[in-house]
Amino acid sequence: MDIKLQQVSYAYSMGTPFEKYALFDVDLAIPSQTYQAIIGHTGSGKSTILQHFNGLLKPSKGQVHIGERVIEAGKKAKELKPIRQKVGIVFQFPEHQLFEETVLKDIMFGPMNFGVSEAEAEKRARELIKLVGLPEETLNKSPFDLSGGQMRRVAIAGVLAMDPEVIVLDEPTAGLDPRGQREIMDMFYTLHKERGLTTILVTHSMEDAAKYADRIAIMHEGKCVLNGTPHEIFSDAKTLENYRLELPHIVRFQQKIENMMNQHLSKICLTEEELAEEVSRVLRKGRGQQ
Amino acid sequence: MMEKMIFGRFIPSDSFVHKMDPRSKLLFVFAFIVVVFLANNVVTYALLLAFTLFVILMSKIRLYFLINGLKPVIILLVFTFMIHILFTREGDIIFQLGFLKVYEEGLRQGIFISIRFLVLVFMTSILTLTTSPISITDGLETLLNPLKKMKLPVHELALMMSIALRFIPTLMDETDKIMKAQMARGSDLSAGPLKDRIKAVVPLLVPLFVSAFKRAEDLATAMEVRGYRGGEGRTRYRQLKWDWRDTTGLVLLAAVTILLVGLRN
Amino acid sequence: MTEILSFNNVSYSYTPDNPDARKAVQNVSFSIQQGEWIAIVGHNGSGKSTMVKLVSGLLFPQEGEVRVMREVLTEDNLWEIRSQIGMVFQNPDNQFVGATVQDDVAFALENSGVPYEDMVERVHKSLAQVKMEKFLNHEPHHLSGGQKQRVAIAGALAMRPKILILDESTSMLDPQGRDEVLKTVRALREEIGLTVLSITHDVEEALYADRILFMNDGKKYAEGTPTEIFALGDKLVEFGLELPFAMRMTKLLQSKGVQLVGEHMTEEELVNDLWTSNFNK
Repeated sequence: MDIKLQQVSYAYSMGTPFEKYALFDVDLAIPSQTYQAIIGHTGSGKSTILQHFNGLLKPSKGQVHIGERVIEAGKKAKELKPIRQKVGIVFQFPEHQLFEETVLKDIMFGPMNFGVSEAEAEKRARELIKLVGLPEETLNKSPFDLSGGQMRRVAIAGVLAMDPEVIVLDEPTAGLDPRGQREIMDMFYTLHKERGLTTILVTHSMEDAAKYADRIAIMHEGKCVLNGTPHEIFSDAKTLENYRLELPHIVRFQQKIENMMNQHLSKICLTEEELAEEVSRVLRKGRGQQ
Repeated sequence: MMEKMIFGRFIPSDSFVHKMDPRSKLLFVFAFIVVVFLANNVVTYALLLAFTLFVILMSKIRLYFLINGLKPVIILLVFTFMIHILFTREGDIIFQLGFLKVYEEGLRQGIFISIRFLVLVFMTSILTLTTSPISITDGLETLLNPLKKMKLPVHELALMMSIALRFIPTLMDETDKIMKAQMARGSDLSAGPLKDRIKAVVPLLVPLFVSAFKRAEDLATAMEVRGYRGGEGRTRYRQLKWDWRDTTGLVLLAAVTILLVGLRN
Repeated sequence: MTEILSFNNVSYSYTPDNPDARKAVQNVSFSIQQGEWIAIVGHNGSGKSTMVKLVSGLLFPQEGEVRVMREVLTEDNLWEIRSQIGMVFQNPDNQFVGATVQDDVAFALENSGVPYEDMVERVHKSLAQVKMEKFLNHEPHHLSGGQKQRVAIAGALAMRPKILILDESTSMLDPQGRDEVLKTVRALREEIGLTVLSITHDVEEALYADRILFMNDGKKYAEGTPTEIFALGDKLVEFGLELPFAMRMTKLLQSKGVQLVGEHMTEEELVNDLWTSNFNK
């Protein structure tokens, strides 16, 4: 499903002396099945923008296109439920949204709100609990008896159970240990590929953006200032610095190697694997010439 | 939703009133509440109104905030005004509409009561608009200190209040966040029959309580590790200072009181 | 050298009546000398947080003893010992007691009855040490996570503690906040020789430590310098941790046939080795 923001501005506390704009004229088009990362500093407007993707916030100016639907400033937005079913949001620390007596019921909460039958919802829960890496017995436990990491997985299963076409992730791995982080990010990437989802990752992590995203948008002081492929975005360190952002660790390391060799590698490498391959290729070539 | 709550919001500034000690402001407001009832004729009510306007000027608070503070009580104000107009039957009839007769005394009482209401709301709003909640707590704690002898846990109450105040913004953000998260999962808080709406509150309240308890537990641990064991032997970092402004404020109120006593019928 | 903190064969179980249940902390011994930075690493549930509770006297060991400044921690000297320990917890919001930055820093001082003039001086000084002196009257919800954690550090410093304990203090922060906090702690080490115990699952944070305690399932699996610990390599990964970036890179390069002499902890070492082993011949 395509998502498109056109000239979107958003102000908190509209019409009071505390009125404060958080977004200014944001244009952003996310074609179907893209893995789009949105990065930016705390307070850059990232979390405001993500609430526009399923109509939780309505633009103060401009339009938001979500598939066929248009949410426009100044017009009443009715029946947002179909949109919310199609666009699932995994909020930061999603484990805080768990409330049911059992994990099973909590996962079924979303789909049943959207009119899915009980049998179907339960079927989805049984599939998803395994997908997020938890044993099926977990379904009968209280979510509050689980560890933080397990609760996170249950909450994610609860969003996936709505069977969304677009999935929005807000810092999905914050606070997890390294293994948990990797597992969760890999799981979303597999889902993205296998189910042809549109994935929007809102993150601080340059590393995750570099590793998974097809396109990266950069938010700065409420504006969307850049949008491009990871290679485009990370080949311009100067511009990033202006937005108080750093290059991913791997790219910074590549620069150190380039300085040492006094020559540029043929491309910006975004994964450790890629960089190791590239360095060894340059060395083999060097040896061949000697 | 939460953003619109302006009543009771502290607006920082450096006015005369802002610089006053919370103790003197609290005493001032309590005394004023009593003094207001001294007024009973046109001159005394005019004096009250003028004095209130003077205090508003001294506080440099924009009228917008005061009017906003009035909104929640406006119905009450209109209601009491109407009651007086309709049920007081003294003096000449000044206006008649069918069986409804409005008497002169009724109108006068209605206006007086409205002014009384207005000045009370304005003065208490000025207190909360010019004094941070934590200063009010400090002021109350010191003023209530003598009650410690009567085994009233003044320190504990003040600490509870200050922690509650400290966590209000945090919990508001949290409420907003959980509400959005559940709405994103298709829960609808604003539509449907009452029964459905009550049901929709559960997914909001349970996480909120769970999180509040977790926070309380963390906070208790942090406080204990930082050596908190009750009010005994504690010193205070927040010092209150009584200066010429406070004395001036209370003297002024005393002068107004004397005038009111002299001018009332 | 002065010993600041030690565990001697400490065990703790949350279900002491059930002898079959796994103990949260099992027979752990270690000691920290003045001026050292020790990191305790392990995946979630490895017993790290129980150890913190044992240090601060929120729990008492069922076996063994915890000593702070060579004194065994008991119910009797608990409060006195706590005043020598500064702690910074995981959630920046849930440990901010005061209404404003300066009130929060003063909280522990108030508790131990420090006179007013003395308090003012110590609050200002410790806020300056974490570079938050410009935020005296800020309220917590107007601060970033990293700033709140720095205020928490200032609150601990104001008590002039013998040791600062960081209990996963950076795990809820964004990368920038994490850098802020770690920079602050490193600067404090240099300026006042602060002794630090940090509990973390962030390997890059653990690299700063002089020694690492590697916990697994409540037991001390290994103890040593970062170089020694990360030499365990895949064993760490098996237990849910990562290797430091430079080490992962070293291994990858070697697997692609690039000549390198050793395993490297830091990027500088790796780049130097890459140079000497491959270019500078």
